[in-house]
Amino acid sequence: MANVEKDAITGTETTGHEWDGIKELNTPLPKWWLYTFYACILFAIGYWILYPSWPTLHGHWQGLLHYTSRGAFAQDQLKQKAERSVWTDKISSKTVDEIAADPELLNYSIAAGHSIFANNCAPCHGTNGSGNKNFPILADDDWLWGGTLDAIYTTVQYGIRAKNDNTRSDSMPNFGTDEILTPTEINDAAEYVLSLSGKQTDPAAAKKGETVFADNCAACHGDKGQGTHELGAPRLSDGIWLYSGAKSAIVSQITHPKLGVMPAWTGRLSNVEIKEAAVYVHSLGGGQ
Amino acid sequence: MSVISHNETKNGPKKAEEKPSLYASHIKVYPQRIAGTFRRIKWLTLYTLLGLYYLVPWIRWDRGPGAPSQAVLIDMPARRAYFFGIEIWPQEVYYLAGILILGAIGLFLATGLAGRVWCGFTCPQTVWTDLFMWVERKIEGSRNKRMKLDAGPLTLEKAAKKISKHAAWIVISIITGGAWIFYYGDAPTMLKEMLTGQASQTVYGFLFLFTATTYLLAGWAREQVCTYMCPWPRFQSAMFDEDTLIVTYEAWRGEPRGKAKTDDKIGDCVDCNLCQNVCPTGVDIRKGSQLECIGCALCIDACNSVMTKLNRPLNLITYDSISNQNARQEGKPERIRLIRPRTVAYMALLTIVGGIMAYGLLERPRVEVNIQRDRSPLFVTLSNGDIRNGYTFKILNMLRRERTFNLTTEYVDNATMTVIGINGRDRKNVTLKVGPDTVGTYRVFVKAPPQSLKAESQNLEFVLRETGAQSHVEVDSTTKFYGPKK
Ligand code: SF4
Ligand code: SF4
Repeated sequence: MANVEKDAITGTETTGHEWDGIKELNTPLPKWWLYTFYACILFAIGYWILYPSWPTLHGHWQGLLHYTSRGAFAQDQLKQKAERSVWTDKISSKTVDEIAADPELLNYSIAAGHSIFANNCAPCHGTNGSGNKNFPILADDDWLWGGTLDAIYTTVQYGIRAKNDNTRSDSMPNFGTDEILTPTEINDAAEYVLSLSGKQTDPAAAKKGETVFADNCAACHGDKGQGTHELGAPRLSDGIWLYSGAKSAIVSQITHPKLGVMPAWTGRLSNVEIKEAAVYVHSLGGGQ
Repeated sequence: MSVISHNETKNGPKKAEEKPSLYASHIKVYPQRIAGTFRRIKWLTLYTLLGLYYLVPWIRWDRGPGAPSQAVLIDMPARRAYFFGIEIWPQEVYYLAGILILGAIGLFLATGLAGRVWCGFTCPQTVWTDLFMWVERKIEGSRNKRMKLDAGPLTLEKAAKKISKHAAWIVISIITGGAWIFYYGDAPTMLKEMLTGQASQTVYGFLFLFTATTYLLAGWAREQVCTYMCPWPRFQSAMFDEDTLIVTYEAWRGEPRGKAKTDDKIGDCVDCNLCQNVCPTGVDIRKGSQLECIGCALCIDACNSVMTKLNRPLNLITYDSISNQNARQEGKPERIRLIRPRTVAYMALLTIVGGIMAYGLLERPRVEVNIQRDRSPLFVTLSNGDIRNGYTFKILNMLRRERTFNLTTEYVDNATMTVIGINGRDRKNVTLKVGPDTVGTYRVFVKAPPQSLKAESQNLEFVLRETGAQSHVEVDSTTKFYGPKK
């Protein structure tokens, strides 16, 4: 720095850099800027000490404050639970019908039930109950075990063919594989079932099938195929089919029926959550 | 150029032997007290603005039972903002955007007309700094006394003065920070809670934050906020033109400066430096318009006091436009042009935006509808073949009374509605009630026979009419109705 060049006009030193005859002045940074920079360094060091930061040989430095985002989250959850108790206490003491009759509780339950449904039920029943192959749509008006609030509540609680003493469980004989009916009889019955929902059929076969149906199927499905909620026997006279309404699917269902399962949610979800989920499911299509 | 010369006057040219310093110390500005017209205006604006700021949260406004009775309140938990008779919902936050736009245009207009009047008279930084300087002057004395005090050794008296000054500043800062919080809660309750230690951590956190920023910005940073931190001086020159009135030194009249009027070649400026001594940002206005000058006009007061004493014409430093100054220099008639394309454009914009906002505020139906169509499932086929779509229907009732609405649909033939929580299914019209000042949320299912569907997706209109004699509000909202592929 022996011979620093000075700018004649301002008397300020130049940096010695020159571009097209224009020289750069060495204008000092303000002190406050420097101290702010130091303060940032100090802040960073303080942060390392107070919060979890560096890896060590055994895990990582925990920080003097012992802060973890997981711990903060758990605390938030506790707080949230306490805040929600205003609602959840009411829900736990009321029946599902009473909840649905109270507009405020209804709105709360639908919102809460929505997230419960999305986390637990949507993998099978689809988002917002839109259904999946072999899993019933919950947004329509066709219900296997009944679509009243109470019926839905019971189904969610105990499941279908689940490991629970109160579970809903229906059975349909293996008409084909147990050789109760001959393949011809099954074919005729299928033709008749198709006619119940107004589809194209072979009238002669359907006529024969009517007797087969009356003898073997009507006990559960009703003589007009209207279904029985108490037994979980589907209605066969509408356009909604759980396992497809194609004839081959109907034949296969009579020969060796598929029987769906659903877990019992008691024990996995709290009773309040089950009520909320039931109210939500009922709201998807208005239930019955 | 101006910045460099500014440094030069403070430091003096550096000597060659001096080691180059990488960091420059801040040069403290010691503004001198001056009386005059503009100082009086500044006091008046200071009283008015600070008075408004500290007192407004305490104005009560009866809004009936259950509603906050604070006239100006931003109620975060309840998501409402109140301004006297006006209530703003989160959905209407565009009014805030409108006010910001109005503020910006207003600022452009004021700047185009009279330079940095906002900076010099009404900017919070200026106002609080002014207040803090007044305190400083009361405790530490005049400019000379303050300079001597700072240059002198640390005596008991100096310590006492410094401590009491900072204590006073901190008290003002606490009151300032506290007043800010009153705008976000019921002021009397908040004050009681804050004094008794019952307020939430958030409240104390913000109290600390606002106190600290007031103390630092108005006490320590002062003019540095204007010169280094504030973006406004960097581009306000875009609002200037040669007809804008700005604080100027009439160089043609003042120069060459001189102490005594011994010969006629000497100008009116006696080089007393008073204009620079009173300047809160340490500017020598005689060097021309500068970034640091906040347009506070105190140098006008200063020079006028000198000119009065010397019995010379006033306004050597004055509010003047460049074109006017040129005209005067040439002896041509003065001419102040306030109406110019630029100012007319700003005023027109101001009127239009203000008009739109006022119209919007007056004509608010105080009911708004939000409709969310179910996306999954898009539609459901029912057992009898009918197609059903689901909607979440929200009615925002912004009035303080329960209202009853009648909901019907249009465009889709033979459509019927079922609303969850309301008895009666498949109806052509449904009665919906929404409580005072709340959002009513309803699940609405619309069902139509397949023959009614003209396409895979078609328009469906919900018509919501308020029933009862009091109002004829009607809100139409169009959404989509989906069905299977045609
Ligand atoms: S130069 Fe004059 S108008 Fe500008 S800031 Fe200084 S005193 Fe105020
Ligand atoms: S106050 Fe007026 S006379 Fe004194 S130095 Fe400033 S311009 Fe010149």
